[in-house]
Amino acid sequence: MKNVARYHREIPQRYRLEAGKCTNCGYIAFPPRLICPKCKSKKFETIRLSDEGKILTYTIIRVSAEQFSKQTPFAVGIIELNDGVRLTTQIVDTDLNNIEIGKKVKIVFRKVQEDGKAGILCYGYKAVLV
Amino acid sequence: MREVVVIGAGMTKFGELWNKSIRDIFVEAALKAIEDAGVDYIDSMYIGSMSPGLFTEQEHIGALMADYLGITPVPATRVESACASGGAAFRQAFLEVASGASNIVLAGGVEKMTDAEDVTAALATAADQEYEVYQGITFPGLYALIARAHMHQYGTTRKQLAEVAVKNHRNGAKNPNAQFGFEVTLENVVNSTMVADPLRLLDCSPVTDGAAAVIVASAEVAKNIKKDFVRVIASAQASDTIALHSRESFTKLGSVVKAAEKAYRMAGIKPKDVNLVEVHDCFTIAEIVVSEDLGFFEKGKGGEAVEQGLTSIEGGKIPINTSGGLKSKGHPVGATGIAQIIEVYEQLLGKSGARQVKNARIGMTQNMGGSGASCVIHILEVK
Amino acid sequence: MIGIVGYGAYLPRYRIKAETIAQQWGSDPESIKRGLLLNEKTVPGQDEDTITISVEAAKNALKRARINPQEIGAVYIGSESHPYAVKPSGATLVDALGIGPHVHVASYEFACKAGSEAMYVAYSHVKAGEMKYALGIGADTSQGAPGDALEYSASAGGAAFIMGKENVIAEILFTHSFTTDTPDFWRREGEFYPRHAGRFTGEPAYFKHILGAGRALLEKSKLSPKDFKYAVFHMPNGKFPQEVGKKLGFTKEQLETGWIVPWMGNTYSGSSPTGLAAILDEAKPGDLIFMVSFGSGAGSDGFILKATDELPKVQNLAPKVRDLLNNNKIYLNYGEYAKFRKKIKVNE
Repeated sequence: MKNVARYHREIPQRYRLEAGKCTNCGYIAFPPRLICPKCKSKKFETIRLSDEGKILTYTIIRVSAEQFSKQTPFAVGIIELNDGVRLTTQIVDTDLNNIEIGKKVKIVFRKVQEDGKAGILCYGYKAVLV
Repeated sequence: MREVVVIGAGMTKFGELWNKSIRDIFVEAALKAIEDAGVDYIDSMYIGSMSPGLFTEQEHIGALMADYLGITPVPATRVESACASGGAAFRQAFLEVASGASNIVLAGGVEKMTDAEDVTAALATAADQEYEVYQGITFPGLYALIARAHMHQYGTTRKQLAEVAVKNHRNGAKNPNAQFGFEVTLENVVNSTMVADPLRLLDCSPVTDGAAAVIVASAEVAKNIKKDFVRVIASAQASDTIALHSRESFTKLGSVVKAAEKAYRMAGIKPKDVNLVEVHDCFTIAEIVVSEDLGFFEKGKGGEAVEQGLTSIEGGKIPINTSGGLKSKGHPVGATGIAQIIEVYEQLLGKSGARQVKNARIGMTQNMGGSGASCVIHILEVK
Repeated sequence: MIGIVGYGAYLPRYRIKAETIAQQWGSDPESIKRGLLLNEKTVPGQDEDTITISVEAAKNALKRARINPQEIGAVYIGSESHPYAVKPSGATLVDALGIGPHVHVASYEFACKAGSEAMYVAYSHVKAGEMKYALGIGADTSQGAPGDALEYSASAGGAAFIMGKENVIAEILFTHSFTTDTPDFWRREGEFYPRHAGRFTGEPAYFKHILGAGRALLEKSKLSPKDFKYAVFHMPNGKFPQEVGKKLGFTKEQLETGWIVPWMGNTYSGSSPTGLAAILDEAKPGDLIFMVSFGSGAGSDGFILKATDELPKVQNLAPKVRDLLNNNKIYLNYGEYAKFRKKIKVNE
């Protein structure tokens, strides 16, 4: 069984892209951090990230951990959102041959993992080509 | 700091060791090292192991191995830094001897990977579990992200990636301890099963059981025990962001650059002074990127270098992974960093047989964890 | 004025053609396409369910409503395929969209009319003055048993409606509900596929209840079918809504805009709500809209709506139903479809 508390505490980031913006230097930490890696300030304000961006690099996973084995092959890429923040996410709903570095994507809300047949469903962000 | 030397080494054959347990293989390697060094005591022991808990459901292996090695109550500690655990364990032994706290320390590494239910998931814990792995990324996947970016930015080719595998298997074929000690062709590599585009099966290091151990001692004490030993002239370590996506560049490994700078400074040498290097080729792209970040080749030229044979044993510039590397020799993650030390130790002592680098005087090891979030570098020298 | 202040739809990109299913079971594709008036249907991706569809539809509704999500006082999701038997779908949605936590949330189920039910209660809250805005959603990822007639229709999608009093884009003028115990279609607790009573689902169920609610609405409003620009009914297949419309006195032209079932399939709780969204995509100020849902078991909810001057301002702020239906389609073969819909036994 998945630990429910561990899933629950990441919800703001995974569901609605909440990040911490350093009130001193403007660095955006996703997920939020306690200390700014750029200026060492400890003051952040909570913001929500842009839901649009572009592909910086990507791969097609053909051999996965058990959790994802029914979904292979699937694409995972590093996306740079319009506010400059980068994240790793699946790129779904496309012919895998259509994925290219530089292509524009939009963030969507999807189911990411399932804890077997009886455990919790785990949701979060994924990207689709625009 | 006191001068530190390596006076003995031992390792198991690497491979799928179905009939041997994690304690069997570690004790086998440790005893060989102790016998090779000819010591009758050790002051303490560090064991690099990435995840005995996930692979074999056994934690607390420091005490376990001291017990089965019959050396209790000697202090024994497991060191973890993902795939750089072995290098980190060696560094702890180095520091303990250099500080004067101990005279003789065993640095070992072990991983029993074939006992795991889901090796891919266990290895993936070395990446950011909540923000990379949650999405389904794997280690071949993370290095594929690096490979795609390197190919896009520098024009590195599919063939150049394959050349790394071909060279390392050629070297590994001369290493009796290698898991896959056979040669492969370019065609074999580029036609092997796709694992994470653009990386194929033969771009990836295998799942391996294995253990390795070395005996580290102060030069002072060593002189009275053994004639042939090698000096540790640099030990350096650096970290980087746990998630690949948090880095400014996906084609440069910051921890490798930083650890290398420190190591060269500590040893007082430059890249051109190094006669051979064991790098962490968990995937073919890793060897190309690391060969650049260690300063052997200009950024973006690592692919061309291997294609031109500059990294082969006879290539003239810098022999890389004479042991066969992780690719051919095998990659029992926690043992890898120590096995790299053993290769350089034997090369510097002229004991490497068919894969011997002529007149090797200075050798380097580069061991890394995750997608480069940890890097440990050592430089060894023989007088 | 009370009514819809924002609406949005979502349909998955995957499709399966009626002939692909027919070929699998050795049926004649042409007779199915002719008999049921179904060409293809939407299929949810492996990572889509009623919750994710509801979130995407509600995102589009928020884009059109242009309101602070924090002002939404209630969220109701109607579905017969809530991913959890016990755990509210709406709780995930409010956290995904930044609504709440000061919000009333409930999951509704009433076969295919759970969506209109959610709309009805959301509307009633606003009308009662309990809250400024309320969100009602109909969404489903319905399953038809392999080889069953339902397999040609059971599809995935949904629509979301934010009810309010300010900047109303479609005023709700009249409502009416009609319910009896009519066991035409059901799914017992723990069963994966629903059962249905064959032709009993027609006259005593679908037609009786839609006509019951529809006629009452016309009587209440003192309007006649010719006063309406558009009408939409629950769409279990292509044929039924056309027949029921005719019986009530509506023409094919009035039904055309909301009649999306031949290319979407039956999105169950999302069916007539998505049809309504397709109408709102096109309607002009002053247009009257007639909508009656149907849920097996059985009941119907009816609404009479009137497009306002605000509607044209928001129509282009989010994707239109026809665009969702026509663009970026990815066709599946039966094997892929069976895998996507978890119809293949695998080791867990």
